[in-house]
Amino acid sequence: MFELLGIPPQALFGQLLLGLINGSFYALLSLGLAVIFGLLNIINFAHGAQYMMGAFLAWMLMTYFGIGYWWALLLVPIAVGASGVVIERLMISRLYHLDHLYGLLLTFGLALIIQGLFRNQYGVSGLPYTIPAELSGGTNLGFMFLPNYRGWVVLASLVVCLGTWFTIEKTKLGAYLRAATENPTLVGAFGINVPRMITLTYGFGVGLAALAGVLAAPIYSVNPNMGADLIIVVFAVVVIGGMGSILGAIVTGFGLGIIEGLTRVFYPEGSAVVIFVIMALVLLVKPAGLFGRTV
Amino acid sequence: MTVANTETHPVTLPADLRISTPRHHVVIFAGLLGLLLVAPFVLYPVFLMKVLCFALFASALNLLLGYGGLLSFGHAAFFGSASYVAAHAAKVWGLTPELAILLGTGAGAVLGLGIGALAIRRQGIYFAMVTLAFAQMVFFFALQVPFTGGEDGIQAVPRGKLFGLVDLSNDLTLYFVVLLIVFGGLLLIYRIVHSPFGQVLKAIRDNEPRSVSLGYKVNRYKLAVFVMSATLAGLAGATKAIVFQLASLTDVYWTMSGEVVLMTLIGGMGTIFGPLVGAAVIVTMQNYFAGFGAWVTILQGIVFVVTVLLFREGIIGVIARWTKKAL
Repeated sequence: MFELLGIPPQALFGQLLLGLINGSFYALLSLGLAVIFGLLNIINFAHGAQYMMGAFLAWMLMTYFGIGYWWALLLVPIAVGASGVVIERLMISRLYHLDHLYGLLLTFGLALIIQGLFRNQYGVSGLPYTIPAELSGGTNLGFMFLPNYRGWVVLASLVVCLGTWFTIEKTKLGAYLRAATENPTLVGAFGINVPRMITLTYGFGVGLAALAGVLAAPIYSVNPNMGADLIIVVFAVVVIGGMGSILGAIVTGFGLGIIEGLTRVFYPEGSAVVIFVIMALVLLVKPAGLFGRTV
Repeated sequence: MTVANTETHPVTLPADLRISTPRHHVVIFAGLLGLLLVAPFVLYPVFLMKVLCFALFASALNLLLGYGGLLSFGHAAFFGSASYVAAHAAKVWGLTPELAILLGTGAGAVLGLGIGALAIRRQGIYFAMVTLAFAQMVFFFALQVPFTGGEDGIQAVPRGKLFGLVDLSNDLTLYFVVLLIVFGGLLLIYRIVHSPFGQVLKAIRDNEPRSVSLGYKVNRYKLAVFVMSATLAGLAGATKAIVFQLASLTDVYWTMSGEVVLMTLIGGMGTIFGPLVGAAVIVTMQNYFAGFGAWVTILQGIVFVVTVLLFREGIIGVIARWTKKAL
């Protein structure tokens, strides 16, 4: 067996894969945050709670109704996205004329409510969610053993991320969206229903979070706190990438996941904080973020 | 404030525009002091000390948020680290409580300088996210380094003897010491807000580009107020560690940052007395619902949502509007 810098290759590739998985979630979540921020100008603090809701809903469908993973992958984002639509209509839409900070405070309150409700009902210990039969087992790649499900998560999130990027950057619908981000009044004057577009955008962003939750359910144990700590890391990812570009959010998400994985190999103690350290460095060197437009 | 003095054109106001202390503020402060002197004979002193510590914590945040217009979602970092340092100093190094609190406060100040210098490079929502992320970094740090005791925290911190003379193990004695510290802190905040420095701060909050064009070095003011706010949050945290003889991960976790934002919000951002009222409301609520598990979290969330949607001025803000007086 060969060794790389004194690290056995299994360990290296294993952590790299883990980093890639984490990166998939960072990318999916920061993408959702960026899409929502683009049009609504609020930071959705409830994003982590909605990701957790996605995982729980998948678990509930399985446990109470016997509905499996593949249907959950379709139904859960729609359901959670719909709840997002309701939240936007009832609450967030009342805050657009105010300082953006109120949106952050409101969604923080929502996150507390959602997490508290699930914690009351299900406690803090994790609930298991089995990997669907089609994706159990693994593949030997020669240099490492790849569990099929993990490969699927990376692939699925890549496809979703690139699909979102394509929709926003290359289609007519995306052109409307980008135009409304720049100048909602003008787009409205052209006869496009901007408020509805805003509502649906929030629903879509929330749906993305829920989708990430379903993807995460078989990997991480399903528990009420799973989104809370993750979302803060995702905030750091967003600060590093800057929310100016969709592709930037995706690249930063995956990149930071990999860096985190590598840190776990070479300096395990630092893996929890490496993203925050990178954030500090980026703030020093390029305060607007790597892909951000100037503030 | 030293920062104001470094300005190339010091603020000189005509005599009739000089910021004088309104009479009703003196009356309220005096009444508050009177009330707090009597309170421990009616209510449980430990509960009151908790309210006092959080009142100072929330007022420190309010200095930054209400008067500087900067929403920090990471103030638990300063509160918590000061609490750890004070607890460690009192327990392991055997320092007297006033030195332990001083050291803890210093830790808050140093951390505030470091985080503040980076955080003020972004504005608005990004500022909130940056402070939150740094606070989480401090949390992970506290989780891993040995001296914080990990999940257990630092327990059984001795209250010790003030200046080596006054025994603080008696709740009532300690109460008056805490009252002195907190009231002093509140008066200091009042003084900062109503100084020329505070006026410039409000100008920056209301219109930053204009303040820049008037020649103010905006970032210096922001950093200065950030450090002051972090220092006072540290003072609150260090005092709390001595009162409860405990420093734990709860003090540095993001929920703590959220709680203190909630206190400020519900009491009234940008009012002098709002954070006090907010702290009293939230601590009372926590005490009553302590046995109901996650319901405290849910209730706090609901209060957050309702306050943001319907009640943005906060309790004192509404009263100030009714009485047409700045409170």
